[in-house]
Amino acid sequence: MFGYLGKRALHSVVSVLGLLVLVFFLTRLTGDPSYLFLPLDATPQAREAFSTLHGFDQPLHIQFFNYLGDLLHLDFGESLRQNRSAMEVALEAFPQTLKLAVLAIFLAGALALVVGSLAAAKPGSLFDRFASLVSLAGASAPDFWIAIVGILVFAVSLDLLPTSGTGSAAHWIMPIGVLMLRPFGLLVQVVRGTMIGALSSPYVKTARAKGVRRQKIIFSHALRNSLLPVITVAGDLATSLVNGAVVVESVFGWPGIGKLMIDAIIQRDFAVVQSTVLVTACAIFILNIAIDLLYAVLDPRIRYQTS
Amino acid sequence: MTVIPTDLKAGGKAEREPGKARALLGYLVHDKLALISAIYLLILILAAIFGPMLVGDMATKLGLRQRNLAPFSLEHGWLYALGADTLGRSILARLVVGAQNTLGIAAAAVVTSMLIGGALGLIAGYSNRWYSQVIMRLADIIMSFPSLLLALIVLYTLGPSILNLIIVLAITRIPIYLRTTRAEVLELRERMFVSAAKAMGAGSLRIVLRHIAPLVAPTLITIAAIDFASVILAESALSFLGLGIQPPQFTWGAMVATGRGYLANAWWVAFWPGLAILLTTLSLNLLSSWARTVADPQQRWRLQTLRRAPR
Repeated sequence: MFGYLGKRALHSVVSVLGLLVLVFFLTRLTGDPSYLFLPLDATPQAREAFSTLHGFDQPLHIQFFNYLGDLLHLDFGESLRQNRSAMEVALEAFPQTLKLAVLAIFLAGALALVVGSLAAAKPGSLFDRFASLVSLAGASAPDFWIAIVGILVFAVSLDLLPTSGTGSAAHWIMPIGVLMLRPFGLLVQVVRGTMIGALSSPYVKTARAKGVRRQKIIFSHALRNSLLPVITVAGDLATSLVNGAVVVESVFGWPGIGKLMIDAIIQRDFAVVQSTVLVTACAIFILNIAIDLLYAVLDPRIRYQTS
Repeated sequence: MTVIPTDLKAGGKAEREPGKARALLGYLVHDKLALISAIYLLILILAAIFGPMLVGDMATKLGLRQRNLAPFSLEHGWLYALGADTLGRSILARLVVGAQNTLGIAAAAVVTSMLIGGALGLIAGYSNRWYSQVIMRLADIIMSFPSLLLALIVLYTLGPSILNLIIVLAITRIPIYLRTTRAEVLELRERMFVSAAKAMGAGSLRIVLRHIAPLVAPTLITIAAIDFASVILAESALSFLGLGIQPPQFTWGAMVATGRGYLANAWWVAFWPGLAILLTTLSLNLLSSWARTVADPQQRWRLQTLRRAPR
């Protein structure tokens, strides 16, 4: 099992390193940060001094090797904008996104399990059709537009919820509601599909023949067996959840990693872009390994072997 | 209406045989939602192709008198039925022009990613050389990172333009086609007909292009059809965030971004283009779920008018 995990970890480390190389050279191509950070009438000498100070005057490959060397010392560079460690900036924003994402995925998963199983219990019924349509709409809705309509209805017209920012519990409702919409839509479809399969399987027929109550069959026999595919999809959703977080954070002014990333890209704050990429990639990598371990716990038939 | 059960595969090649086409139409009529989606998409495609020729001028014509005109009034003509934006431009006309950009960019991105992903997948699947490993690791890198963030970085580097937008959207979708193609090629290359072609003296290029590629193509086209909706959403999000299409050109996503500033006094500027995106992606998804039902012999009966068995 650890051999398997080791191999996966190695692949992931290669991916993360590749990503860092890519981001390093891409951000360097965007242009000279001195034009954004110094006043327009700065003298060429001042620009040169700025470049020398931050090492932008050296050839790209030297910059890159310096960057790699610093990484080994866990030095992730300084944020040009905030004048402090870039990793500190990234790690400050990360928990904000994590909280949002974890809450959204758990709420979406729990709701999807209930709605999906109820829909699968009576395929073709009115509830089933309604649930299918709603879940499809949830999966295909543009999240930025839902966020704007949410602001329009709940903040502008009804004046119930705040438009942006953090603080009270009311600030959480709209970001989470928008963020969980797409995972919810996709998960309902997965739950419904696997539940319909599970409900026509022999062990459910046996349980029914024994006289087990309908609800018990659905929720404790069939649902347990359809949890695995749900977790697979929920794991795959992690990267798309970050996509959603970028949009949601920028609409609602949430101080998370997505907003930080957009700001840093536009401000050419290279070190911050690199640090946020590193943090996000590592988080996704840890999540994937956690999901692999969870499989083994949930399904005793799965054993990881090194081949 | 009699419906003949046939072995159709997701609606492909139906047009050639009249019987199959009629059966397919029968399935479509049977599923009301899919029928509505198909009609909506048909109208949308026609509007996107021919609309800009008719109302293209109206989309950019400023009208001080119509500034922030509320929707649902025909006072200024039917073009203003959905209202006007802050510069008095007809929203309906802008929706039509935006449709051409939105659908055009998404279609170009889907075709590009399908061709490049398919080609790379053929290479990675058929050959065991070092470059196959490199291709797969590159796909891993793209897959392991949120596509929107990757697109933002690349787009900011290249500079926002329509061509770059298409390239970026294509890059983020390539791994899907690459992996599918590779998986199919790995299986196909062990088949008898490949060995036979080899025995006849066919070169690798000929085997891959003439014997393997045609068998992979239908799968890729199916994925492309499903992927189209996600690409529309991705493009809208990028344009909404301001790194996608740039003024004076616009897509539906960019229209929502423009309207965002006027929510309090002109909600319709942001509302209609977003609704258009939702209806389009929803229709695409409804149609693809219908196609899946048609293609699945165990599910197809749901769409058939069952005849009573003779007693």
